[in-house]
Amino acid sequence: MEHVASKAIEDHWDVEEIRNEFPLLKNTMHGKPLVFLDSAASSQKPRVVIDAISQYYSSQHANVHRGVYALSANATDLFEAAREATRAFIHAQYDHEIVFTRGTTESINLVAHSFGQKHLNQGDEVIISAMEHHSNIVPWQMACEANGAKLKIIPLLDDGTIRIEDVRDLISNRTKFISLVHISNALGTINPIQEVIDLAHHHDIPVMIDGAQAVPHLPINVVELDVDFYAFSGHKMYGPTGIGVLYGKEKWLEDLPPYQGGGEMIKKVTFEKTTYNELPFKFEAGTPNIAGTIGLKAAIDFLGDLPSTSIEQHETSLLEYGTSLLKELPGLHLIGTAPNKAGVLSFIIDGLHPYDIGTLLDHQGIAVRTGHHCTEPIMDRFGIAGTVRASLGLYNTHEELDQLASAVSKAINMLK
Amino acid sequence: MEEIVKIQDEIIDEFSFFDEWMEKYEYIIDLGKKLPLVEDQYKNEQHLIHGCQSQVWLHCEEKEGRLFFSADSDAVITKGIIAMLIRVLSGQKSEDIAKCDLYFIDRIGLHEHLSQTRSNGLTNMIKQMKMYGIATKASSYE
Ligand SMILES: Cc1ncc(COP(=O)(O)O)c(C=O)c1O
Repeated sequence: MEHVASKAIEDHWDVEEIRNEFPLLKNTMHGKPLVFLDSAASSQKPRVVIDAISQYYSSQHANVHRGVYALSANATDLFEAAREATRAFIHAQYDHEIVFTRGTTESINLVAHSFGQKHLNQGDEVIISAMEHHSNIVPWQMACEANGAKLKIIPLLDDGTIRIEDVRDLISNRTKFISLVHISNALGTINPIQEVIDLAHHHDIPVMIDGAQAVPHLPINVVELDVDFYAFSGHKMYGPTGIGVLYGKEKWLEDLPPYQGGGEMIKKVTFEKTTYNELPFKFEAGTPNIAGTIGLKAAIDFLGDLPSTSIEQHETSLLEYGTSLLKELPGLHLIGTAPNKAGVLSFIIDGLHPYDIGTLLDHQGIAVRTGHHCTEPIMDRFGIAGTVRASLGLYNTHEELDQLASAVSKAINMLK
Repeated sequence: MEEIVKIQDEIIDEFSFFDEWMEKYEYIIDLGKKLPLVEDQYKNEQHLIHGCQSQVWLHCEEKEGRLFFSADSDAVITKGIIAMLIRVLSGQKSEDIAKCDLYFIDRIGLHEHLSQTRSNGLTNMIKQMKMYGIATKASSYE
C-alpha cells in the first residue's frame, strides 16, 4: 500500500497525495480544519512511520545485541539496518560513525562534554553563533565552565545572517572548536556552513553542525562537507520523538572519551578497570530506543521515495508565497530575511504581543509557535520579547498560507 | 466567600451570551485594554511574575484583613483574564482568597490559558494571589 502511494508521488509532486499519508493532518482544532504550521518544533508523522513502530512492538520486539534467540537477532538486524539507512541518508562513510541518541540536544551534549573533557583547557576558546538554539549554547557554556574555556559569539547582522569575515576575526590560536547551526529554527537562515568548515579546517579546528532544521529540508552529505560532527533529531524529519543522531568522523569518535557509562558500551568490566566497546557502541550506553530507530528508518525511506529537489522546490515556493502575503499586512515585520532561507516565517506586529496573536490564530485552527523559540539571544539581538513563527513542512499548501494571512489579519483587527 | 462565588457566577452568566469564540475574545481584549495599569512604581522586578510567553506584574495591598490587587501584563488577552481575576478577588477577605476555588475560568472555557505550556504567568499569578491570602491570614493571627 505504501508502495503505491510513493509511486504516485514519484510521478508528480502532489501535495494532497502527501497529506493523505499523514493521518493527523485530518484533525480539527477548535472545530476548524487544522492548519499545522509548527513543523520546525516537531513535524507530523506519515502512516509508514506509525505503522513501522506499531508493527515492531506487535511482532518484532526484543532487546538488541543480547539474545542468541531468533527474535533478538532479528531486532538487532532491524536496529542495525536503521543505522545503515541513516548512514546512507547523510552519505557518511561508515555505519559506526552513526551514534543513536535521544535527539540533537543529546548529540550536542555528548560532543561538548567529551570533547571538553579531553581537549578544552584554561584559556581555550569555543566559537558558536548568536543564532544558536539553547541546545547549542548551554552545553558549550557548561563545557567551557568545567574546563576554564571561553565562549566566543559570531554576531548576527540585521537580516539574520552571519559573515564569514566575522568568523575569521574570532578565530585565534586558542580556538579549539566551532559549533554552528545549519538552519536557524527562529529565523530560517541557512548558514554558509561549507565556508565555515573550510575556514576552520584551515586552522585545524574541528566543527560541529546542528542540523536539526536542515535534514527535513535539504540533502546532506557529510563527506562532501567534510564536517567533523553533525547532529539531528528524528522528530523534526517526520520520524518519532526520542531518537536522534550524532554523526562523528571515525577519528573523532575514536579519540573522544565515552559520555555515559553502562551496559552496551563496555567490552569488559571489572571493579578495577573497564575497557570500552568499539564504535559506535562506546557512545550508546544502555538499552537504546529500538522502536525509535525503526521509526526513523521508515521516515528516511519515506523521504527517500520523494524526489528531494521537489521538497526543496515546494517549500521554497511556499516560503516565497507566505512572505509576499505577510508583507502586505499592516505593521507586520518579518524577523529573519536572509537571502538564503528555509521554511520559517517569524514575525512581529507593531504594538501587538505574540501571545495574543498566537491565541487568536489557535481559535482559527492555525497552529503556530509564539515566544522566543529557545533562542533568547536572538530575541535580545533584535530587541524583542518573541515572535510568532509559522514554519513549513513538505505537507503544507499555498491555501494554508492564505488562511494564515487572513487569520493574522483578523487577529490584527480584533486586537487593534 | 459568598461574594467570591457570586461574582464568579455573574461572570459565567455574562459569558453564556457569547455564541462565538470571537465575541468572547473581543470582550476579554476589551477588558484587557481597560484594566488600570499597575502604577509605574510597582512595575519592577520585585512585582514581576515571569512567564515564558508573557509577563505579569502584580501588586497587593492589605486593608483591614482584605486584599486589594492591581496588575498588568504585556499581553492584552492575559491582561483581560487578569481583569476578571481581580474582579473576583480584589477587596475580598484574605482567608477567603487563600482557600477559594476559582472555578469560573474552566466554566467560561479559558482553562487553556492556565496550562503549563502557555506559561503566560497566569498560573503563577494565581498562586501568588493565594500566597498573599495565606500570608496575611497567618500574620493576622500573630
Ligand atoms: C536548530 C535546533 N537545534 C536543536 C534543537 C533541539 O532539538 P531536540 O529538542 O530534538 O533535541 C532544535 C529543536 O527545537 C532546533 O530547532
